Amino acid sequence: MSEVFDLIVEHPFFAGMTHDQIRIVAETGALVSYHEGQTIFTEGTSALGPLLILDGDVALEMQTPGHGPQVILTLHSGDFLGWSWLYPPYRWTYDAHVHSDTEGIWFDGPKLKNASEVDPALGYELMKRFTEMLVNRMQSIRIQLLDVYSTPR
Amino acid sequence: MHPVPCRVRSVVRELEDTFTLDIEPPESDWGFAPGQFTMLYAFGVGEVPISISGDPNDPSRLVQTIRAVGPVTDALTSVSPGDSVGVRGPYGSAWPTGVAEGGDLLIVTGGIGLAPLRPAIFEILEHRDRYGNVTLMYGARSPSELLFADELQEWRGRFDLDVLITVDHGDQVWRGPVGVVTSLINRASFDPESAVAFVCGPEIMMRFTIQDLERKGITDDRLYVSMERNMKCGIGLCGHCQLGRHFVCKDGPILSCAAMSDTFWTREV
Amino acid sequence: MTEPLVIDREGVDALIDALIDRGYEVVGPTVRGQTILYDTITSTGDLPVGIRDRQEAGTYRLEERDDDALFGYVVGPQSWKKFLTPPGTVFWKGLRTADGFETVEPEEPPSYAFFGARPCEVAAMKIQDDVYLPVEDGIYTERRKRSFTVAVNCTEPAATCFCASLGTGPDVNEGYDIALTEVLGGENHYFLAEAGTDTGADVLAELAAREARDEEVVTARRLVVHATDHMGRTLETKGLKDLLYANLANPYWDEIGERCLSCTNCTMVCPTCFCSTVEDRQALDGSSAERARTWDSCFTLDFSYIHGGPVRSSSSARYRQWLTHKLASWQDQFDSIGCVGCGRCITWCPVGIDITREVAMIRERDIRRVAVGTPAVKEVAE
Repeated sequence: MSEVFDLIVEHPFFAGMTHDQIRIVAETGALVSYHEGQTIFTEGTSALGPLLILDGDVALEMQTPGHGPQVILTLHSGDFLGWSWLYPPYRWTYDAHVHSDTEGIWFDGPKLKNASEVDPALGYELMKRFTEMLVNRMQSIRIQLLDVYSTPR
Repeated sequence: MHPVPCRVRSVVRELEDTFTLDIEPPESDWGFAPGQFTMLYAFGVGEVPISISGDPNDPSRLVQTIRAVGPVTDALTSVSPGDSVGVRGPYGSAWPTGVAEGGDLLIVTGGIGLAPLRPAIFEILEHRDRYGNVTLMYGARSPSELLFADELQEWRGRFDLDVLITVDHGDQVWRGPVGVVTSLINRASFDPESAVAFVCGPEIMMRFTIQDLERKGITDDRLYVSMERNMKCGIGLCGHCQLGRHFVCKDGPILSCAAMSDTFWTREV
Repeated sequence: MTEPLVIDREGVDALIDALIDRGYEVVGPTVRGQTILYDTITSTGDLPVGIRDRQEAGTYRLEERDDDALFGYVVGPQSWKKFLTPPGTVFWKGLRTADGFETVEPEEPPSYAFFGARPCEVAAMKIQDDVYLPVEDGIYTERRKRSFTVAVNCTEPAATCFCASLGTGPDVNEGYDIALTEVLGGENHYFLAEAGTDTGADVLAELAAREARDEEVVTARRLVVHATDHMGRTLETKGLKDLLYANLANPYWDEIGERCLSCTNCTMVCPTCFCSTVEDRQALDGSSAERARTWDSCFTLDFSYIHGGPVRSSSSARYRQWLTHKLASWQDQFDSIGCVGCGRCITWCPVGIDITREVAMIRERDIRRVAVGTPAVKEVAE
């Protein structure tokens, strides 16, 4: 078995998928590590696949003229980083900066999509998990937008 | 309904609009349970419910953290040491620290919601051996709006308390998490079969948090929230604070979600 | 207690005198501006003699009767809470001192004799006792403990009455010092007088009353039974609490909300509604302050205001709160229903919203029944 398989087979994100399915996913993955301060990707560059953070903290930032980088969200162990590889034009929307040393697995986006096309059951399992994460993140952003801690007077 | 005049020892500005008053309690044997509140009276201006934010193990101090959001809270936060404020109470229900014993405890709070949980944290740290993992998850609007920042720093240094802090909007120096407080739940270690959660913050934040905790498997009888409603009397008499069958002033403010199962998700109750 | 006694109108006057002699301020029904209100009375001449009230949803009219009945009407817009917790009563006064302030007690309240309280009203006082007495509120408690109650059993209910549904009338069964039943019969116009307490018996003993003959008692009792059978309205109380708790999301509340004006009339006239607010006032020079209690209503926006806005911003939510509190959550809070069936809220609602009809509609459109017919969304999804 591959090292990636061993790392993700017990991961909560993949809970409920068969070993065969997880093996296919694992074959598209590669272990990576980043140092604090490193930039994983920047806005506008090619988005090739998602990063599953096994350990560490990554900040998603937006560059705004005059204000410098604005952190819009931080991601931590267990989180997936990046959706832009799913849809054209396959470019990152934000910058990803490493806040603390990070270990993770890069999955090859095109290979994951191909595997899903070939095996729709696998594709559905993956989609269920990705959409749940997306929904949670979207709801979180809504609460942030509501600015619930502000003081109406 | 008579407020007892009590002398203010000190006033500390915590945030732009938030102040902590250290008040001489009405009586020497005055005590309170974590989560309870008093009705604080500014002479001639009016009276408002304010949760107690001090240490329940120190009966010599009545510590209350107040956010200036209206005429009465403006008056209360403008007092100087030596001035008197009127005190009635303590009133209301307490965080069930006893119920939480023996298992993991999650404390999820946002904004000024940390104030009414602070006594519970003191209480739990005093008897730390009675609990499993204890995780404090705190969300604020921005790094400069983190309440009790020094204390949070101190608690962070403890090995027996996991302190996770996030802000909705970071700033140039903030290196911690950015995101809503619910995003911290994934990072807490707890047994969903037995863990108990104390939740306090704006009602929207509490509803989202409760949903997330239920999704993790914590049943509603182990989820406790501190509810806010209009209060005039504090003793179940004026009717204002009703939430379904409960008078929030005497049955609450701390209520389990199970006790509110028929009203918590109903609008405008 | 003691055997029923019989008195005539002179005896009723003697009763009022006896109460005044004992130091009570006797308050009872009297006509003011084409309405029967409660105010100070000194003789039966102050009562609405020979007057009847016609009531319907949104309607109240006084008419002349063709007899000299002293109690030939039911209830007007006021109830005795006007005396037990008068709006604007000061809890305490505060004076500024060198090192802060001190509070002083207000003056002693008067001792009232409530003259002509209807059984539903006596029941309402018992219900309010459960709210105020346990907390010694300092206003109601003091006044209630000093009060004396002369109840009058009902023989001619209004079209808006439904006390029989709630077991609070038309006869009084507890919470009175003296109970009267008026029997009209041309020449033989008499009042059956019964004591409910030792004090009541003492007062009756001072009157020139004779023991009632059996047929006089039977006639009086029959009139009350007749009233039971002639209630203008009914309110089904079976399963009421569960019905209302389960129907918080019933869309019918919105239909009521479209009619409700949030005028607060129903809460003002209701003899059990106890919601209040406090007013803190300060002298212009800041030297003194006082706190007073006034009536409040769950129909106002301010009532549920928390920093940011009101919890109940729609009138449908506010009506739901009022009705559900009265008939459901009251049972959990005080172990009784917070409605005595006096019908005031029906009569004094400017748009004629009728609590008995609205409950019947909720019952008819019970969402639990509707839910059985359609599969839950969750089941379909699974």
